[in-house]
Amino acid sequence: MSAIEEVATEAPAVEAVPKRAMTLGFGTSLVVLGLLVIAPLFVKNFIVFQLTMLLIYALAVLALNILTGGSGQFSLGQSAFYAVGAYTSAILMEHVGMNYALTLPIAGIICFAFGFLFGQPALRLSGIYLALATFALAVAMPQLLKLGVFEHWTGGVQGLVVTKPDAPFGLPISQDRWLYYFTLVVTIGIYIASVNLLRSRSGRAFMAIRDNEIAASAMGVDVALYKTLAFGVSAGITGVAGGLGAIAVQFVAPDGYTITLAISLFLGIVVGLVEQLPASIVGSAFIIFVPNIAEGISKGLSGAVFGVLLFLVIFLVPHGARQVAIVAQQLIGKLKKN
Amino acid sequence: MELFINQVLAGIATGAIYACMALAVVMIYQAIDHLNFAQGEMAMFSTFIAWQLMQWGVPYWWAFLLTLAFSFAGGIAIERLLFKPLAKAPVLTNVAGFIALFAIVNSIAGLTWDFTIKQFPTPFGSSPFLGSQLISTHQAGMIGVTLGLLILLYLFFQFTRIGLAMRAAASLPESARLVGINTSWMIALGWGMASAIGAIAGILIAPVVFLEPNMMGGVLIYGFAAAVLGGLTSPLGAVVGGFLVGVFENIAGTYIPGVGNELKLPIALALIITVLVLKPAGLFGRPIVKRV
Amino acid sequence: MLSGQELRIAAFSTAVIAFAATAGSALAQKRYDTGATDTEIKIGNIMPYSGPASAYGVIGKTEAAYFKKINAEGGIKGRKINFVSYDDGYSPPKAVEQARKLVESDEVLLVFNALGTPSNSAIQKYLNAKKVPQLFVATGATKWNDPKDLPWTMGWQPSYQSEARIYAKYLMKEKPAAKIAILYQNDDFGKDYLKGLKDGLGAKASMIIAEESYETSEPTIDNHIVKLKATGADVFLSVTTPKFAAQAIKKLAEIDWKPLHIVANVSASVGSVIKPAGFENAQGILSAAYAKDGVDSTWENDPGMKKFFTFLEKNFPEGNRLDSSVVYGYGVAQTLAKVIEMCGDNLTRENVMKQAASLKDFAPDTMLPGVKLTTTATDFAPIEQLQMMRFKGDKWERFGDVISGELSN
Repeated sequence: MSAIEEVATEAPAVEAVPKRAMTLGFGTSLVVLGLLVIAPLFVKNFIVFQLTMLLIYALAVLALNILTGGSGQFSLGQSAFYAVGAYTSAILMEHVGMNYALTLPIAGIICFAFGFLFGQPALRLSGIYLALATFALAVAMPQLLKLGVFEHWTGGVQGLVVTKPDAPFGLPISQDRWLYYFTLVVTIGIYIASVNLLRSRSGRAFMAIRDNEIAASAMGVDVALYKTLAFGVSAGITGVAGGLGAIAVQFVAPDGYTITLAISLFLGIVVGLVEQLPASIVGSAFIIFVPNIAEGISKGLSGAVFGVLLFLVIFLVPHGARQVAIVAQQLIGKLKKN
Repeated sequence: MELFINQVLAGIATGAIYACMALAVVMIYQAIDHLNFAQGEMAMFSTFIAWQLMQWGVPYWWAFLLTLAFSFAGGIAIERLLFKPLAKAPVLTNVAGFIALFAIVNSIAGLTWDFTIKQFPTPFGSSPFLGSQLISTHQAGMIGVTLGLLILLYLFFQFTRIGLAMRAAASLPESARLVGINTSWMIALGWGMASAIGAIAGILIAPVVFLEPNMMGGVLIYGFAAAVLGGLTSPLGAVVGGFLVGVFENIAGTYIPGVGNELKLPIALALIITVLVLKPAGLFGRPIVKRV
Repeated sequence: MLSGQELRIAAFSTAVIAFAATAGSALAQKRYDTGATDTEIKIGNIMPYSGPASAYGVIGKTEAAYFKKINAEGGIKGRKINFVSYDDGYSPPKAVEQARKLVESDEVLLVFNALGTPSNSAIQKYLNAKKVPQLFVATGATKWNDPKDLPWTMGWQPSYQSEARIYAKYLMKEKPAAKIAILYQNDDFGKDYLKGLKDGLGAKASMIIAEESYETSEPTIDNHIVKLKATGADVFLSVTTPKFAAQAIKKLAEIDWKPLHIVANVSASVGSVIKPAGFENAQGILSAAYAKDGVDSTWENDPGMKKFFTFLEKNFPEGNRLDSSVVYGYGVAQTLAKVIEMCGDNLTRENVMKQAASLKDFAPDTMLPGVKLTTTATDFAPIEQLQMMRFKGDKWERFGDVISGELSN
């Protein structure tokens, strides 16, 4: 095995992307937004619940997008931050009686700090070693949550039941729909903020680090600061997603935040392609709906069917949904001309 | 003191399991520069094949050899069919492929052989080793086989042409091709060997933990941890890492009060991360020099 | 001779009475809630078909096969059972999604035998709020017996705490000076047991000298056994799931430690635990049971088990009789069939719960002789009885009476 790593000539783990490709065109964005706003009015409450979960996982996938696509650091440990966010919200709501909306910024800030701190030792690790370290974090989290010393707050293995909020001001919409719109607003807000972040100086610093860390450092980028910042931001957003998740599902327990969740989120960015923020929704849809499809096809072999579907996806679009998006945009371009 | 010695010995015995798995992990890393998440499942599947052969009346050693051959061929087949097309795809896509493979193998094994545990025979017997009640003859045999494998691998990589070719193909593929090495087949060979080593690991582990489809899940994590601790470039490191992880985990569980027992795995992993922060290439790995 | 007027009054009264009678019986005719019709009853179920607990997915498959058999025999009072089962991968958020799907999209009459304490805890509030029966949950956690606060939730199997209390009673009687070491799985199953044992021992909880927990992610629990042997305990309580129970039995023999070994009922299966671990290593182990074991030759000619074996042969050939989960699935499915039968034509959710709370000495084919299911409006624990047994030769020998695990002294 090589003692020398050819950094410059290696195929990049993550491909460089022009700024333009980071977001959908303005028109497409409006259409997607419109769909997201109207959809819940026409479907049953249960579907609204699924859509809410779709948005929540999209947020978590977005966070991972920023970390991996933005700054080139692997993480198989997002489930840990998600869990911390979820439990923060649950504990604040149930033990302290705080309003659900207020718990989200707190969850975000706590997870940001947590991610930033984790980013420190992670500085010295890269590639496979970083993946392993984050993997370790994800594996450790359920066990930490089960610890006897925290049981009074966390409910231990039994978990905590969370009360679902009603629409405010007595608005005549169901709890599910209210929660959906609330989540939608939060998601859009964070999305806009993330796009701005990636377009800003910090974002450029992230991408410089992703593409060639040594060159970036030689150019004066404070690699350590930005890498930990990326971790922090990513963790913070995942924490907010976790908090929303706790409110939507109305329950938190260690078994809900295992390494399986971390792997699912990871698959979300592979499928939804790294760096394409809007594709986070595609990734999220993959996470939620493909297992259901696999189960529908064969209960006994649902895992095998899921694996086969995953292979199909990665064979057909090895560069993720971006290929689909490029093809789609080309088609739209052609339609516009005619 | 006696408890300490007991725990160390027990740790070495468990560590042998991790060491075995770690060897397979290092093997695949040598070949493809990635960690194959499905390695454990492939090993489990091979072990089931061996079990099935024995159910059909094939004697132990014949079943062993047939399984090795099958695993070797299977590993190559999987690489050629599923992962060669992904050679140019980003790393993340490859990892997704490993995850998909994991799901497929686990699911098929569960359907074919169901989830009840099965006894798996050992050629070494289960009596106390050298009179010690803490290590059985099987566990001693396991340690012996692991060390034997280690030596074989070392000889292979250092002294055979193919071994040298594999190392060249893995570290500097373009240069290797320039000297006439078929890098593509080297990768396939690496997969086959890793798969075969995994089969040996599974066959050794099953008598201790009992054979069932989810047998290797936990073992794989420890195997990774051991391999990383020892240095992903060094088979010796993998084995030493395995024993260290086993012993450390036990000591931590026994002597750290209160949470030590509940946090055995996280503590072991924390240790490894600490080592990595201090020595990024692992204990025995060669440091990676980054050339810009 | 009646006058014309009296005749008319008589005719009128007769007509009124006749009308009232028919109207009355019209009121006693069929009543349905969502999920039940003249021809079909839709039943929802959530099982871990994938993920860490996928070994228990076979319970769902057994139940599906059982209901298929019932349908082949004409259904229950002419209605076929439509068994809709979804996978939750043992993840609470997924369980919530599947429960909502069952209730709001598939519109089932009730949710039956959902598995796992985390999953059931997650969907409990929702189902009770929606007034959908959460019937015969597949977990032994003690909290399912709470008719006052959670009137729509009911358990089935004996709770872990009641089983542990039976062992506590036994130990206090037979070995009052015992030093107990416990190995328990670090989840709700293990912790519930531990609590039951401590409650059962009461003032004598100091008999427990060592508590050792393990995670299911550990490949082997051998080192825990080594640690416990060093404590010098003479009673070993193994609160473990099958794989780890077998490892424990084997390791105990290997290190030549011979305490009084008690194993939890979930791991008492001869075929899936004792045999792989080695009969010679398991002599003298104690446990308790409420159901018959599929490979115990004692039941070869038992009429109930014969029905079970026929079911396996004809309707569920891939089912493995040595897997206690299969025996379990059969028993609980049979219980549900009985409850539905008891509902008659009144298939409202309320009546389902009412009938489920009115079981009297019902004995499914697979229960041990003497174990009967009984429920009342204040007692939502159908099975509370267990019988202790000792392993001898190649089978379990039951001894003593069928005991109830109530917290009484």
